Amino acid sequence: MIIPIVRTAILALRRDRGSMVLSFVVPIAFFSIFAVVFGGQHDTVHKINVIVVDEDQSQASRQLVNGLQRDGSLTVVTQPASTKDQPQPAPYTAATAEDAVKAGDVSVALIVPHGWGTNPISFRGDSDAPAIQLLSDQSDAIAPQMVGGLLQKAAMTSMPLSMAEQGMKYTEQYAGTFTLEQRKNMETNLDRLRKIESNQSKGATGSALTSQAGGIVAVTTRSVVGENKKSPTISFYAAAIGVMFLLFTATGSAGALLDEAESGALDRVLSSRITMTGLLAGKLVFNILLAFTQLTLMFLWAWAVFKLDFFTHIPGFIVMGLCTAFAVAAFGILLASICRTRAQLGALSTLLVLTMSAIGGSMFPRFLMSDAMQKAGLCTINAWAIDGFRKVFWYELPLTDLWPQVSVLLAIGIVLFAVARRIARRWEYA
Amino acid sequence: MSTNPESSNLSPLPAPVPLQVDTLIKRFGQVVAVDGISLQMRAGECLGLLGPNGAGKSTLIRAIAGRVIPDTGQVAIFGFPAGSPQARAALGWVPQDLALYPRLSAKENLQSFGRYYGLTGKKLEQAVARCLDWAALQDRAGDLVSTLSGGMKRRLNMAAGLIHQPRLVLMDEPTVGVDPQSRNRIFEMIEALRSEGMTIIYTTHYMEEAERLCDRIAIVDHGRIIALDTRVALVYSSFASRSQVLARLEGPPGKVSAWVEARGGRLVDGTAEFTIEGPKEIAALLEAATEADLELVDLSLRRPNLESVFLHLTGRELRD
Repeated sequence: MIIPIVRTAILALRRDRGSMVLSFVVPIAFFSIFAVVFGGQHDTVHKINVIVVDEDQSQASRQLVNGLQRDGSLTVVTQPASTKDQPQPAPYTAATAEDAVKAGDVSVALIVPHGWGTNPISFRGDSDAPAIQLLSDQSDAIAPQMVGGLLQKAAMTSMPLSMAEQGMKYTEQYAGTFTLEQRKNMETNLDRLRKIESNQSKGATGSALTSQAGGIVAVTTRSVVGENKKSPTISFYAAAIGVMFLLFTATGSAGALLDEAESGALDRVLSSRITMTGLLAGKLVFNILLAFTQLTLMFLWAWAVFKLDFFTHIPGFIVMGLCTAFAVAAFGILLASICRTRAQLGALSTLLVLTMSAIGGSMFPRFLMSDAMQKAGLCTINAWAIDGFRKVFWYELPLTDLWPQVSVLLAIGIVLFAVARRIARRWEYA
Repeated sequence: MSTNPESSNLSPLPAPVPLQVDTLIKRFGQVVAVDGISLQMRAGECLGLLGPNGAGKSTLIRAIAGRVIPDTGQVAIFGFPAGSPQARAALGWVPQDLALYPRLSAKENLQSFGRYYGLTGKKLEQAVARCLDWAALQDRAGDLVSTLSGGMKRRLNMAAGLIHQPRLVLMDEPTVGVDPQSRNRIFEMIEALRSEGMTIIYTTHYMEEAERLCDRIAIVDHGRIIALDTRVALVYSSFASRSQVLARLEGPPGKVSAWVEARGGRLVDGTAEFTIEGPKEIAALLEAATEADLELVDLSLRRPNLESVFLHLTGRELRD
């Protein structure tokens, strides 16, 4: 009695390729994608980009910068990347470094001020020398913490001489002056330290010493982006989650094409004055309006409930919203034109949308991913859309700064729509 | 100078015929769906395409609608190539499938299809009202299509094909899957169109529908038109003045079939069919059956119909 039911169900499942894919391929595909994105099994460890400006140019500051450069967890940048217009750009200054953080180029910048090297070590924070400035972007809660810790580690491992000299000063200050013999022995050992430091600066790689927490170098942290914002992650998540669901909605909506093809309504429509290009363009416009309305509602909700500063960013929102809506709408039309049935569309869209969302930063900020994954994310609509919305709502950049995101999203939309139109020829005539 | 056209020496150009099909061939892979069909329609005519499933009727209809590109041959609608904007405007298509938007109401469906044909404003509203009236769906205009009965959906499907008042209508088996009462309602709708002088192509595999509705009937089989004429002419060309005798005989099955075959008849669903020139031949049949020890259970005489013609021409039944 049971076996015939099971056999029938197995037969039905075998004939339903969409269900087969959803049942067996999608879970494995997702496991693999998430293992790669979050497991770091096939990639290098993510490095933090940090701008370092050495205004002091003292021996201690150079040693500190060298120490930071040797650290495997950091990518130290001291000058902007060269371009055609500027093959040899000027090194960063405190002002240009701050601008770079504000523009979202990096999350952290370190400024070593003039005079810091006169008294670099500050065991109790009582140094009269100026402190190192750590400029941060508040939307990235992790990078400033890591850079702060690695800065202390670099100070301990790359400036033993400074530490020893400072230690001697403290000892003399609180325990009394050294005897001549003690001073002579100290100087002998300091000479040995100088030789070690000299060898290190000639090409030694990162130290294996473990750092200890604690402020041996005085650091002043300052948020240069988002210091006045109440909820630094709201705009990110409004865009990130919004784009992911836009993709789902667009594919679902475009799937109406498949329903119409199956019912014969598509044939009837195409026998009227409507051409295939007109039909697809109509569907595209509808999907754009639907997606833009969805985004608007999402951001209005974020404004009403989470105090997102929506109304002072209307122009940027409209530009990014329309470009994003165009790209996702074309994506939906393409998927619908590729698939033969709703079941196929459901399986394919689930696979693609969740993959794009994982890689593109809708589930997890891209700046926390490895460099390779960050680059892979640039193949997704999500990444470009989220970057654009971050520029608008977080970095508050002018509209002209949105040109990379706008160009890419428009190009994606145009290409996807053109491909969809080509594939849709199968519906035009038998 | 006279302005009366009748007094002019210039003879007017002949108006293009509603439909001209020339040696149309369409293949799908190895299958020849339409195999060299040619036909021409007169204005106001209702032409029936009668044939079994798979005969090529729907492919022919789709080629006329411009939805199938023929391998060879041409289709012209009022002189314009099939699929051209002028041909599309002149053509109404009622597909075999229920080509409707199920989540829209009956009225919204008609409005949508009307807009696809360029109707707007008052013209659109008038067209919708006319179609709802024609399909007797005024009281269900606001109901979603998914809630309508099968017959209502069929009527709405037909109305959607006529929303733009076409001059030539293609009806592809519009009564598929409807009950007898709804079928009669659909016949009345088509007869109303005919009375208005609409040119109609009507495909069916029901002989009764073709006989009731069509002026001329094209019998289609294996992608070809094997006969095209009025019902009376088709029957006459196959049977002249002959009639058919239907006899049910009881006896050993092998013996019955051998006897029927020997007398030039054939067995269809256990009933023997004979074509006779006159009633006098009936007596001879009865006598021969008695001599062969076959018991006659039932006997009737009928005039041959389209089914008989199809059988005569193809050797198969219409619903094979």
